[in-house]
Amino acid sequence: MINRRILLTSVTLGLLVGLGACSKSDKASGDATSIELTNVSYDPTRELYKAINDAFAQKWKADTGQNVTFKMSHGGSGKQSRAIIDGLEADVATLGLAYDIDAIADKGKLLPANWQASLPENSAPYTSTIVFLVRKGNPKAIKDWGDLVKPGIGVITPNPKTSGGARWNFLAAWAYGRKAGGSETAAEQFVSKLFANVPVLDSGARGSTTTFAERGIGDVLITWENEAFLAGQELGKGKFEIVVPSISILAEPSVAVVTENAKKHGTEKVADAYLRFLYTPDAQTIIARNFYRPRDPKVAAKFKDKFPSLNLVTIDSDFGGWKKAQAYYFDDGGVFDRITTKK
Amino acid sequence: MSQRAIVSESRFARGLLIGSALAFLGFFLLLPLVAVFSEALKQGVGTFWDAVKEPDALASIRLTLLIAAISVPLNIVFGLAASWAITKYSFRGKSLFITLIDLPFSVSPVVSGLIFVLLFGAHGWLGPWLNAHDVKIIFAVPGIILATVFITFPFVARELIPLMMEQGKDDEEAAVSLGANGWQTFWHVTLPNIRWGLLYGVLLCNARAMGEFGAVSVVSGHIRGLTNTMPLHVEILYNEYDFVGAFAVASLLAVLALVTLVAKSVLEWRFDYHHGGAGH
Repeated sequence: MINRRILLTSVTLGLLVGLGACSKSDKASGDATSIELTNVSYDPTRELYKAINDAFAQKWKADTGQNVTFKMSHGGSGKQSRAIIDGLEADVATLGLAYDIDAIADKGKLLPANWQASLPENSAPYTSTIVFLVRKGNPKAIKDWGDLVKPGIGVITPNPKTSGGARWNFLAAWAYGRKAGGSETAAEQFVSKLFANVPVLDSGARGSTTTFAERGIGDVLITWENEAFLAGQELGKGKFEIVVPSISILAEPSVAVVTENAKKHGTEKVADAYLRFLYTPDAQTIIARNFYRPRDPKVAAKFKDKFPSLNLVTIDSDFGGWKKAQAYYFDDGGVFDRITTKK
Repeated sequence: MSQRAIVSESRFARGLLIGSALAFLGFFLLLPLVAVFSEALKQGVGTFWDAVKEPDALASIRLTLLIAAISVPLNIVFGLAASWAITKYSFRGKSLFITLIDLPFSVSPVVSGLIFVLLFGAHGWLGPWLNAHDVKIIFAVPGIILATVFITFPFVARELIPLMMEQGKDDEEAAVSLGANGWQTFWHVTLPNIRWGLLYGVLLCNARAMGEFGAVSVVSGHIRGLTNTMPLHVEILYNEYDFVGAFAVASLLAVLALVTLVAKSVLEWRFDYHHGGAGH
């Protein structure tokens, strides 16, 4: 009997190891005719990369004769970064902010620390900003950040611990508080009042959009400009209105080849070409159509009616870069923890 | 006399109880079920089929079936071995063993998932070794299977242990004394005694294996067409504003659950019948 149980145990273990072996690198390098690229991205880019992938696949086929197929994974930017560090084998990471790719370089050692220099424009081929989405007719008359801290206003924003977008939201609010109150203390007071008005913290930007638009919770959603446009389009035209605040932040979602994984899969070349493709006029047009702000000045000029110009602070000049901002505001024991526990 | 009084007095109360139970069931179980199907079919059967036929949806259906097909047999083997050991032998640490079997019931699925990330993740205990040998567990199908096996661990064993305890080991002892070997005893004596209970456990195990969300979500990596099970795919479609698609896949999951329920009722009926019919 003992023998049989040992047998059963070993059969079970054998099965599992066998399964592991089956799935081992079955996507490695690919042959000459086809190659597979895994793009691990953040929440609101689903529609964007669907369009980009089709366009790139066509171009790559024309250039090299090779079929490229894409595996997409979407989620909160911080969560996705964590998954890549834990072993999700992304060839390219297209996340919500540079810090989340820094983390992959720091903790995962999967790409060089100076990754941001390897592509133009700080490795951010498109930008966006943070705006408000309100319900039709703007019943609570929300015009600017100052209106969000009024009593009785329900503010929807995701959790800065897991969501890249939420960190941009937080810093944009901080920039307003700093400008309106003239000091860091005033900014902290403002942001802490704002978070007192937040009934739900979802883990990603898309979760918050669903909470606001589908479940009908809250009066205003703080979100990416692209997400606000998309929600307006997908969830019924005329049900929501975009409010552009007096001040916001220039959000630079970053992209990078995860070099160690790409080496392992033999996808370095196609991964690099894929990210460089994002800077071409074709891709920039797709980017603008998907409500992201293009970098290419010609494409930007064509779409300038769509994207109002507003007063934008930047992470580097106003917050000393992401590393500093992350440690000060969002790491354990940082400002965000302080204001949310105080509540 | 007094009994009659109790019955007649409680008629109103009985009606109230039954009525409120039915209303409760209707509101919390039937209504959501109807909502799922009506949402799925809102834009016609054609759209429903298109959503189900979509390659990523098909991949998620295949993956879910594969996971059930692997984790359920594993749990049958384990459940049989564990309940056999517990009921036919006495050994030290037996109650600890029984408690351990219950562990997956009491641990939150998120924690179950994170256990596997800690073990097999790139920076987990076994991560470097796995990486060196190019074996992928986490964020791949094996990790999802491991998480599912862990979550569904107790179902078969929990179903069998009381049953086998009740039956005792007299039958097996008789068989052995008549010269049967271990395998013959198991096949001709034990298995027929427990088959309905076993099937029941298998069904519960299967239902959970197909429906598990939390633990699987942690270890999956959410790669479309590759590591998305049906429950994960439902969430993804919902997040993409594809409500018809989300509810179409959700309704398939619901159908699977209903089939399981019907099979369970049939088995329960057979089981009772068998139990009563065979008599003691």
